Amino acid sequence: MAARSSGDAAAAVARESYGRLVAYLAARSHDLAAAEDALADAFAAALEHWPRDGVPDAPEAWLLTTARRRLHDRWRHARVEADAEPTLSIVFDELADAPAEARFPDERLKLMFVCAHPAIDRAARPALMLQAVLGLDAARIASAFVVAPATLSQRLVRAKTKIRAAAIAYEVPGEDEWDARLGDVLDAIYAAYGTGWDDVAGTDPAKSGLAVEALALAAMLARLVPHAAEAWGLVALLAFCQSRAAARRDARGDYVPLHAQDASLWDRALVAVAETALAKAASLAAPGPYQLEAAIQSAHSQRRLGADVPPAAIVGLYDALVALQPTVGALVSRACAVGEADGAAAGLAALAAIPARDVETYQPYWAALAHLARGSGDAVTAERARTRAVGLSSDAAVRRFLLAAG
Amino acid sequence: MDYMLMFYETQEDFDRRSSRDHSQPYWAGWMSYVQSVHASGLVKSGAGLQPPSTATTLRSSGGKRHVQDGPFADTKEQLAGFFVIDVPDLDTALAWASRAPCAATGGVEVRPVLPPPAAA
Repeated sequence: MAARSSGDAAAAVARESYGRLVAYLAARSHDLAAAEDALADAFAAALEHWPRDGVPDAPEAWLLTTARRRLHDRWRHARVEADAEPTLSIVFDELADAPAEARFPDERLKLMFVCAHPAIDRAARPALMLQAVLGLDAARIASAFVVAPATLSQRLVRAKTKIRAAAIAYEVPGEDEWDARLGDVLDAIYAAYGTGWDDVAGTDPAKSGLAVEALALAAMLARLVPHAAEAWGLVALLAFCQSRAAARRDARGDYVPLHAQDASLWDRALVAVAETALAKAASLAAPGPYQLEAAIQSAHSQRRLGADVPPAAIVGLYDALVALQPTVGALVSRACAVGEADGAAAGLAALAAIPARDVETYQPYWAALAHLARGSGDAVTAERARTRAVGLSSDAAVRRFLLAAG
Repeated sequence: MDYMLMFYETQEDFDRRSSRDHSQPYWAGWMSYVQSVHASGLVKSGAGLQPPSTATTLRSSGGKRHVQDGPFADTKEQLAGFFVIDVPDLDTALAWASRAPCAATGGVEVRPVLPPPAAA
């Protein structure tokens, strides 16, 4: 029992403080990989000592002290071996002066900005953030992103080497860079949620495993930058999407589209979180794409709950979104909204305006084309598009749904 | 870069091929996938295979030849077909692997293809 409760204590501290500890250590050591390694050692030591000696009064401080000792040992070792530059001792002095008390500065925001820095390969940013800030293991991230674990590990190592070698600063960017840099952080969290707009429907259970983690990241970010409207917009968007998680599959595991979902299965607490976040964003009077996407999700939810939201209003939101960010996902979704508001032919025309090469392997485009072509009576196009949509789907339930449709 | 996608299916998958209730969705799923891969213009070669019960395996050791009924390895999942596709990287190959119907039941092995030997 003692072993179990101290193991649980370590797990609880890990969840609560992993990112804070890594951020604190990395901001001082300027070496993210070393900070993570030292903290992993500290957690391993906790699992060994706490069952025997009891959980310390200030577990975070205990972990911090232990990790700092590991970092120190490693440097001393490296210095003997390589006669490392004098800067190391400066870094170490700073580290040694750092407070060991339970409270230490929360530097996760700086860490997030480092992970989503423009110098880091965009493809590596979401994984880097999930690993550095939340401590997720690489194998889980690799599965969610459908990349080889070895490839992902290489990317993470390369990114961390770059952070150290390029001496990317652990700091909150100044006003001149603020919008772009915050946008990068938001994009990385959004990419961590699914792998883009196509999975905002949350149809893939393997990916939705990371959805909760991404929502936690977004909420953490919004608390750290409460004046940033788009941060709240992202929280709202992800919370709306996540609130429907339980309603996306029926008892047999079959896919249920939004318009057919049992709204009583929606997580009301999350819907409330989303609406509150969206209102908070609106009060800051700085509109942006994530707020618009959240507003669209809000409109869908309201409509499903019986509110009178005219389809044209949703098209209007998409028009604003596409004006800011003409991504393939937004364009396809807009075409569906147009089809809803003005009929299938209008929706098809909107789809036809999207360049063909952008949608070749984009499953939602083919699903939308099948739906709208069927609606306009073009059975041949509908069938051909459905075949492509089925063939491009990586979710068995969605495949079954599409094969059964029409 | 050429990768081979090897599609592994379970015995239940193989049974579905000729089942009265399940053959239609089974084949519709595979046909959609095959057509989509072809439509993307990546395919170098590919084929589906008859079930493992039709396999014959030959081994020869110490000058003695052994011919056996059945597949090479007695595993739960058996090779059901393959594609060789030309894609820029492993990530793209894995994306195509994830779309195969058998990814949800058996699995897909993705391996780079050896380049042809240089002419002497």
